[in-house]
Amino acid sequence: MSTVASTIDQPPSPGTVRSFWSRLSQGDEVAHIVTLIFASAIILITSLLVYQLWINSVPSRHAFGWKFWFSSTWDPVSDDFGALPFIYGTIVTSAIALIIALPLGLAAAIFLSELAPRKISDVISFLIDLLAAVPSVIYGLLGIFIVVPLMRTMIGPTLKHTLGFLPFFRGPNYGVGMLTAGIVLTIMVVPFIISISREVLLTVPREQREAALGLGATRWEATWKVVVPWARAGVMGSVFLALARALGETMAVTMVIGNDPKISASIFAPGYTIAAVIANEFTEATGKVYLSALIELGLVLFLITFILNGLARLLIIATERGGGRGA
Amino acid sequence: MKRLLLVLSLLCGLGLIAKAQSTVLLNAAGATFPYPIYSKWFNIYHQAHPNIQINYQSIGSGGGIRQLTAGTVDFGASDGPMTDEQIKDFQTKNGFGVLHFPTVLGAVVPTYNIPGVSTELNFTQKALAGIYLGSITKWNDPEIAKANPGVKLPNDDIVVVHRSDGSGTTYIFTDFLSKADDGWKNKVGRATSVNWPVGLGGKGNEGVSGLLKQTPDSIGYVELVYALQNNIAFGKLQNASGKFIKASLDSVTAAAAASAKDIPDDFRVSITNAPGPTAYPISSFTWLLIPEKIKDTAKRDAIKDFLKWMLTDGQNYNEGLSYAKLPKPVVAKELKAISKIQ
Repeated sequence: MSTVASTIDQPPSPGTVRSFWSRLSQGDEVAHIVTLIFASAIILITSLLVYQLWINSVPSRHAFGWKFWFSSTWDPVSDDFGALPFIYGTIVTSAIALIIALPLGLAAAIFLSELAPRKISDVISFLIDLLAAVPSVIYGLLGIFIVVPLMRTMIGPTLKHTLGFLPFFRGPNYGVGMLTAGIVLTIMVVPFIISISREVLLTVPREQREAALGLGATRWEATWKVVVPWARAGVMGSVFLALARALGETMAVTMVIGNDPKISASIFAPGYTIAAVIANEFTEATGKVYLSALIELGLVLFLITFILNGLARLLIIATERGGGRGA
Repeated sequence: MKRLLLVLSLLCGLGLIAKAQSTVLLNAAGATFPYPIYSKWFNIYHQAHPNIQINYQSIGSGGGIRQLTAGTVDFGASDGPMTDEQIKDFQTKNGFGVLHFPTVLGAVVPTYNIPGVSTELNFTQKALAGIYLGSITKWNDPEIAKANPGVKLPNDDIVVVHRSDGSGTTYIFTDFLSKADDGWKNKVGRATSVNWPVGLGGKGNEGVSGLLKQTPDSIGYVELVYALQNNIAFGKLQNASGKFIKASLDSVTAAAAASAKDIPDDFRVSITNAPGPTAYPISSFTWLLIPEKIKDTAKRDAIKDFLKWMLTDGQNYNEGLSYAKLPKPVVAKELKAISKIQ
């Protein structure tokens, strides 16, 4: 008895495994458990989300099956629903946003991290972080009062005049439409790309730049051929964060896209996105099939986001293998 | 000491019970269109009856019907009457029926932005349906021009604007178009949100009027209340008697009065395209949805008393907020129907 008691009373000698209770009292185990709970909560919430979307979309999935993905009718009166125009609108507006935002954002990030004086860089970065935090409805107002009139009177006619031979720039231009939504989304996601890319570019080791310059590269060559490729994974990460925001944006998009579920080649034409139609129609949706079709649209958006993020991961892995960073 | 504690706790318990009995908290949810008048009514009624508090969430008619059916609110509100299917759903879930009580009248008006045209336009029923079907595409179409002699209409494409969000306004508007035009009825139909043949969608009355302001040669529709409060000009519409009528609180009440004798006992009736030379054709009731059986006697009495007040004194507050009053025969019929709540 006494020997057991005495061994317990002895303080644990360094190197031996401490008992569970002593680890608990010293905080390690507490931290372990608490962080584990929070980490698994994320998995739990995600699976709960998918489960809810799956269960609540049963009537719609049974009624339409795979046809839901490919049908372009959206008719609440006769309970006939298809997601294609919304998928199209979501992907086209996000693609427009990324095509404009990537060069713009990357160039700005390179300027801020490589070329601008530190003071200016800090001030601008602060403003950009501020922009990233502006609520989206404000961007919607900006869209309505500035982008839409500009689109109707200047951007649209100019594009028609110069690129009108392409089918993307034909047809009536109302000011609202997919291009306008894409431009508003660009304004919203550019701060993400600039902010994160700048941070990543700043973490590139000074030795990399110095080595390139030492080999006789110009400053631009060192930046473009050494620093940017080194930071490629991080820049891509910023792009996919931007994509996620663009795909799910609701308020600003619905204010400027025209909300018409049709598939048109012209990006002047009005369109509709998944997030926008859910927000617009959910409150008044009464029929079982109607409601579950809206929920299935949510499932579709979730899957699209999931697939695009998966592709993003693959792309990052592929480019890293392709060298460049030489890791 | 123990006895003292016992007495104290007993007193506390009694106090709680007394408090619970004296305050009646009613939860309601539904339509957004009548929200301004409802919140005014609930507020004034609460001042007169401090022990009754009504908490109304304007989450939309669809949401109101869903919550009422699920039993999470004491009563609901809707801009469109519940469908037979919805009533059956309610019946199977709750074991009793649901009653409709018209509260105020609403109307929808056509509004437009044509550069160079500042006169009040007349729209025939065929013209409005044709524009929204996409069969009338130019402002100088003969169907529009013949109702507007002397107005120089441009040879420009009409930009059609509709609501993008599901709404009672759209329900009333498409209900009217379904009655006005068989083509519309067969091709599109009536609902809070439809498969629009043409046009741009704006979110809410403000979204529609915003698009109209910015888009030349456009036409849209907004609630009468919204148009009156924001000084938005709107056109006259041909009614069932062939007369061009401008929407006003009087012409909307006239539409309800003209249909009053045909109102069924459950009050589920559409009064769009009502007969009578002064009736405005895109008018509608908005309803409170009350369960037929309310177990809690305090709540039941409170709801019945509120309905009575709303139909009599409450109606006097309508016009200050640009809502049309219920016609007298409808009020009389509703007052009788209150006794159906058990």
